Amino acid sequence: MKRTSKTVIGVILACIVFVGALILVSRLLRPKYHDTLIEGHLAGEYYRETISHDVLFVGDCEVFSNFSPVTLFDEYGITSYIRGSAQQLVWQSYYLLEDALKTETPKVVVYNVLALKYGVPQSEAYNRITLDGMRWGSAKVGAIRASMTEDEDFMSYAFPLLRYHDRILSLTEEDWRYWLNDGAPVSFKGYLMRTEVRPATETPVPPVLKDKHLPKESMEWLSRMAALCEEKGIALVLIKSPSIEPYWYPEWDADVEAFAKSHGLRYDNMIAENGEIGIDMQTDTCDMGQHLNVYGAEKLSRWFGAVLKEEYGLTDHRGEAPYEADYAALSERYEQEKLRLRSEDN
Amino acid sequence: MLFASWAFLLFLAVLVPVYFLVPKRIQWTVLLAFNAVFVVYAGWIGAIFMAVTVATVYGATRLFDASFTRQKETLAAMKATHTKEERKRARLGFEKRRRLVLILTLLVNFGILFALKYGALIGRLSAGLFGVEPFGQNLALTMGISFYTFSTVGYLLDVYRESIPAERNPLKLALFTSFFPLLVQGPITRFETVGKALTEAHAFDGKRFLSASLRIAWGYWKKLIVADRLLVAVKALCARPNVYRGDFVLVEMLLYAACLYADFTGGIDITIGVGEMLGVTVEENFFRPYFSKSIAEYWRRWHITLGEWFKRYVYYPLSVSKPMRSLSKSTRRFGAGVSRRVPVYLATVLVWALTGIWHGSNLTFLVWGLLNGVVILLSEELKPLYARFHARFPRLTESAFYRGFTVIRTVLLLSSLRILDCYPTVGEAFSSFFSMFTTWNWGAVFRGGIQSLGLSYADYAIAFVGVIAMFTLSMVQRKGAIRTRILKRGTVFSVCALLVLIGTILIFGRYGFGFDASQFIYNRF
Amino acid sequence: MEQLLDILRELHPETDFEKETSLIDDGILASFDIVMLITRIEEEFDVVIPAKEIVPNNFNSAKALYALIKKIGEQDD
Repeated sequence: MKRTSKTVIGVILACIVFVGALILVSRLLRPKYHDTLIEGHLAGEYYRETISHDVLFVGDCEVFSNFSPVTLFDEYGITSYIRGSAQQLVWQSYYLLEDALKTETPKVVVYNVLALKYGVPQSEAYNRITLDGMRWGSAKVGAIRASMTEDEDFMSYAFPLLRYHDRILSLTEEDWRYWLNDGAPVSFKGYLMRTEVRPATETPVPPVLKDKHLPKESMEWLSRMAALCEEKGIALVLIKSPSIEPYWYPEWDADVEAFAKSHGLRYDNMIAENGEIGIDMQTDTCDMGQHLNVYGAEKLSRWFGAVLKEEYGLTDHRGEAPYEADYAALSERYEQEKLRLRSEDN
Repeated sequence: MLFASWAFLLFLAVLVPVYFLVPKRIQWTVLLAFNAVFVVYAGWIGAIFMAVTVATVYGATRLFDASFTRQKETLAAMKATHTKEERKRARLGFEKRRRLVLILTLLVNFGILFALKYGALIGRLSAGLFGVEPFGQNLALTMGISFYTFSTVGYLLDVYRESIPAERNPLKLALFTSFFPLLVQGPITRFETVGKALTEAHAFDGKRFLSASLRIAWGYWKKLIVADRLLVAVKALCARPNVYRGDFVLVEMLLYAACLYADFTGGIDITIGVGEMLGVTVEENFFRPYFSKSIAEYWRRWHITLGEWFKRYVYYPLSVSKPMRSLSKSTRRFGAGVSRRVPVYLATVLVWALTGIWHGSNLTFLVWGLLNGVVILLSEELKPLYARFHARFPRLTESAFYRGFTVIRTVLLLSSLRILDCYPTVGEAFSSFFSMFTTWNWGAVFRGGIQSLGLSYADYAIAFVGVIAMFTLSMVQRKGAIRTRILKRGTVFSVCALLVLIGTILIFGRYGFGFDASQFIYNRF
Repeated sequence: MEQLLDILRELHPETDFEKETSLIDDGILASFDIVMLITRIEEEFDVVIPAKEIVPNNFNSAKALYALIKKIGEQDD
């Protein structure tokens, strides 16, 4: 009897040590997204927030590069957060929104429509960058199921070791540094700052559009997003960021326009409004028109903040606790980062 | 279902508890149901072919049994009333009918196998010869058919020879034919042993479960850490025979020897381990094959069940058959040596041709098989010469050094033959082989050459450690079964050993989406 | 029996066939030898060993093999 219980305890202990070791190894082998591929850090940083937000941006790189929540607060006292990541597909935006709405209810949700052009899962790497940082819950499960490409399996999302085990052969210093902690945030409430100036030299020549319409699947996800916002009493705003590359076809624009009309939503195509906003693709882009640099993002935020304030009557939270303190710290870090990046550019 | 798939692990995780929880009376029927799921999951077509095999073999063996009984009754009744001649004629009548049934059954079963294996080839050939549309190009072997056809036909022949009685319950034959772990990589099994064990009741045994788990885990270890890793390089080398010549061919030979060993023995470890988990002992298929001192010995230790099958059902029957004996007698005028060699030579050549064909429909396999036969016959002929050499230098030939030399010689020889198994055409295989002796390019091999094959140096290092581990275990194994020794040190120790195996597979195995690390290289925007 | 031992020694002069009891299991007699042996037995004893009798048990020792030859020889009558 005594020997049996000893064996049982021994086996249980061995299993605990085994699982513990696997967790440690798994944490070591997952990509850290801190110094490289930093877009992968964005999804997880949201959970560090201690304040709630009046505005949530969702979408792809055209939100996390083009809007600056710091400017929105400094100029208008608007509290906001960007839940965007690289090539974030519409269903991923849907689930990231659903995930966020579990803990807060903003007044306005802004969705950037560029990713609507993708109706089916695109790339495993981008999936990982968007999904790895999400917290576990029904939203993450839904997002994984909707995003998997043909060769992927759910198990490797549930147990990232199954996906990243071969990184054992290519561990870097970054992996060891952020083994047991996630490190400082890389974004400013979801905004990734860039300061280089690389002017757009030529107007893009678009390839001929094969299918004149946006994929049916994306539009369905957009409907679901609209329904979700309506259910929660949130105003959904559709925007097309002012980035001029990749090309935004008039046919697509018409599709979104029609959708907005039928659902009673506001839709801003900011490419058309570039003049009014004051965006100059000679100075305000960091990569020839694809993404705005910090100067462009601040311009755009000043303009869009005014629109939001006027249209949705958002409260000015400046001077209010806990917002003031939260933004003061962020603002300081923001200015330092701007200086650091500028000196790097030179 | 491949062994290295979630589907297989899930299948096993459901089967094992169900198998041991159901009443013992229906245990084997539950296993049959699981087998059916396994077979159907792989495809309906395969399930139908398998059903045809079970039905025809069952029918034939029952006919044999009935025929044996009637023959005995008839002959006994004739004993008082008929002459010896008449009785002999009656017996031959029975034998003739049985032979007819046997031939028909063999035709159906080997017909299916042949059509699936060579249909595409024949389609291409006839298109070339007669200018018709190539047909049968989408024919493919269904899961396990090469293995279960041989196992089941072995049973058919055993009953035909009256070695064992026919099974009365067709479901039991179906259970034997469809036993799922055997459908992946074999081995070829015998109804007398595995077929019987499958239908017996088995109680759960914790120790056996642990022991089986260890064997399965070791199988996966070899497959995922060594075989699947080296396969990348082997494939790259064989895909460009014009580029990778000279010393690259030697590298290919050695990598392939390690890769094939790890893959095949690993798969068989999983098969036998799964059998053991369920309480069914499956025949061993390997006995440290790379420690053989000659090709003939190697073939007694590598893929043992296939060799045994051919010996039992082709080689011996053929060499003692009437036509062979009369052929042997008719060559007596060339001397006793010649006439005695005729059966051996013909049977050897035929068996090796068949072994070659069994392995694949490509001409390279036929040549490979025949060359194996030639090497074996040659070394048999050279035996007197060896004997004289041994007598002359007893100190040298009894030394460990010499034994090591014969082992390495055998591995190199069998690896050279296996080149045929890698390259698409016989010409390329020979040309690659001979380039080893004409092109000296070790420089190119090590100056980035082996890094261009899809593996990093770290990969080679891991594979090397894996090979060393396999070699060490083989050496240790000579002094007794390793698992017995692990289990002797207690349950906790055994569980730890198992967890270490699983942990290292999870980390160092080549599996999953990250298989190609470059897939995760993402250009920033 | 002596006649059979002579045939066996012809094949493997180095083996003590009177004592050895696992000729097959220990790999002393390979398939090659067995076919040679069967051919020789037919020459010397005029006995044909059928394929179904070629199993390890019948070939593991000279004694077992001799018993087999005698058994088949009697059957033939």
